Amino acid sequence: MESLDRELEQGELELPADPVHLNMGPSHPAMHGTVRIVLELSGEIVTKADVQIGYLHRGFEKMCERGTWAQVFPYVDRLNYVSPMLNNVGYALAVEKLCGLVVPERCQWYRMALGELARIADHLTCTGAMAMELGATTPYLWFIKAREMIWDILEEETGARLTHSFGRIGGMASPPSPDFAALCGAALPRILETVEEGEKLLLRNRIFLDRLQGVGVISGADAVSLGWTGPCLRATGVAYDIRKAHPYLKYDEVDFDVPVGHAGDTLDRFLVRLGEIRQSKRIIEQSLLRMPTEGPVNCDDPRMVLPEKGEVYTTIEATIRHFKLIMEGSKVPMGEVYSYTEAGNGELGFYLVSDGTGTPYRVRVRPPCFQVVGGLSRLIEGRLLSDIVPTFGSLNMIGGECDH
Amino acid sequence: MSRIALDKLRERFGPLVLETHSEFGDDTAVVEPGIWRDVCLFLRDDPDLDFNLPIDLCGVDYPISEAAARRRTLPGRMEVVLHLYSIGRRHRVRLKTRVGDEAMEGAELDSLTSIWPGLDWLEREVFDMSGVRFRGHPDLRRILMYPEFEGHPLQRTYPAAKTQPLVPYRTEASAGMPVDKLEPFGAHEGMPFGRQPAPRPEKED
Repeated sequence: MESLDRELEQGELELPADPVHLNMGPSHPAMHGTVRIVLELSGEIVTKADVQIGYLHRGFEKMCERGTWAQVFPYVDRLNYVSPMLNNVGYALAVEKLCGLVVPERCQWYRMALGELARIADHLTCTGAMAMELGATTPYLWFIKAREMIWDILEEETGARLTHSFGRIGGMASPPSPDFAALCGAALPRILETVEEGEKLLLRNRIFLDRLQGVGVISGADAVSLGWTGPCLRATGVAYDIRKAHPYLKYDEVDFDVPVGHAGDTLDRFLVRLGEIRQSKRIIEQSLLRMPTEGPVNCDDPRMVLPEKGEVYTTIEATIRHFKLIMEGSKVPMGEVYSYTEAGNGELGFYLVSDGTGTPYRVRVRPPCFQVVGGLSRLIEGRLLSDIVPTFGSLNMIGGECDH
Repeated sequence: MSRIALDKLRERFGPLVLETHSEFGDDTAVVEPGIWRDVCLFLRDDPDLDFNLPIDLCGVDYPISEAAARRRTLPGRMEVVLHLYSIGRRHRVRLKTRVGDEAMEGAELDSLTSIWPGLDWLEREVFDMSGVRFRGHPDLRRILMYPEFEGHPLQRTYPAAKTQPLVPYRTEASAGMPVDKLEPFGAHEGMPFGRQPAPRPEKED
């Protein structure tokens, strides 16, 4: 983009007023860290917008081609760092599809419960941050208080609050803790209560509603052709949820609804996310009821799953197996596979190519918010400058996954 | 599941569809690069197929130096992979083609942005990361890397440890002393003109 400094002609007193170029971001409080929008303004109307991403590019896909298949888990944690557990599960399912593994029933329920907890945390962060960017600090603190309760549970289970690296090929790093069900049972009503208090502050607020209603409108057909998925697509009325359309894990055995909007504006995206929080709570409660308290969590496949620590220290077979799995990696059969799950922002896909060795040949992630942000300029062109903030906030761009 | 898509493609395009398979339940068709755009138009517009949601586009590099590439049967180095989904019909398809020779000459494809606008950024990403040029793309520039970046990082021949600093690294000649002896935080740290060499300690004679 050309420089914003302009040469003034002799005797000219004012800067040229039309069109005005404005540079929003990358270091702007409402830009979620790292995105830059170069705007051309006519008065307060945005006539042209160029969304530039890539400020958080860390070469995720290139780095995956260097380590073993299991060493990708810490990387996928950092894709969507608001709901890392969903990414962990998504990647584990992709590798398991390539290996032909199906994890035990206990693990499937466990993955679902953990994933839905992460989804609640994701939606709370998005809706809370969006409200804060519009000046409503109190609901943000309320939502973050609820998110802390989820992180406390996840910390109890995994040992880490944010980047868990908890998924494994063919299972999870450890079985559910004895208190898992009790912890969730105690926290979930309190979380919902806090969310309800927070949203009462917003949804009866005339100013807040006026800034969301009819802003950033997109039709269902447009959203589909742009490749949108997830809550942003469902807010336009297209009820495409992978958990319903192509159930994985045990999603076909639980009872839940898919909230949809109808106008496709910012308010609908906000409401769809709040609705999904309640549905996630239902899924967690059913999962906890049906999760067996006994039984294995990991697959019984010595080629993929690490042996028990106790055996590693006492038997030579387990020591060798551990050594081979760590140093050479699990040998994933040759082939290519595309596996998709419903993450917080939409369809999280992994396209894996294996050449039969312990190292991935190619790991391609399909981050949901890449294409959602790709449609941002279409939403803000022709609208007011101040509408960018709620519109962008409602898309829930996560720099880590958008920029790979 | 969507064998119908593969059947229809074979019926419509005949030998130009080089290969079809459904490994791991993923229906895949490999086509000639010349009919890339026609195939996509057909996939979108045929009422029985109705692929309206562009899922993903990516490049997979198979240079001849790689062991995986020696088993390949198709000509061309860079494989471009497109995933599509139909919301109405609930089926998926994967479309692949191969472009470019070993030096990535002729790695060009027709742009699909007029069929699905969502491919705008995806094609920019494949151009940026893998080096495939898309004919007819309205705004083909880098998206994740910066404009001055040279090369395409997701080609297998691009070394993972390679660095491309926008500000040149200091050398011992420019610093006037061994680089590891420089103070970590000097007065000029972070200045665009680079750091001034710290004065050498006087030798005690």
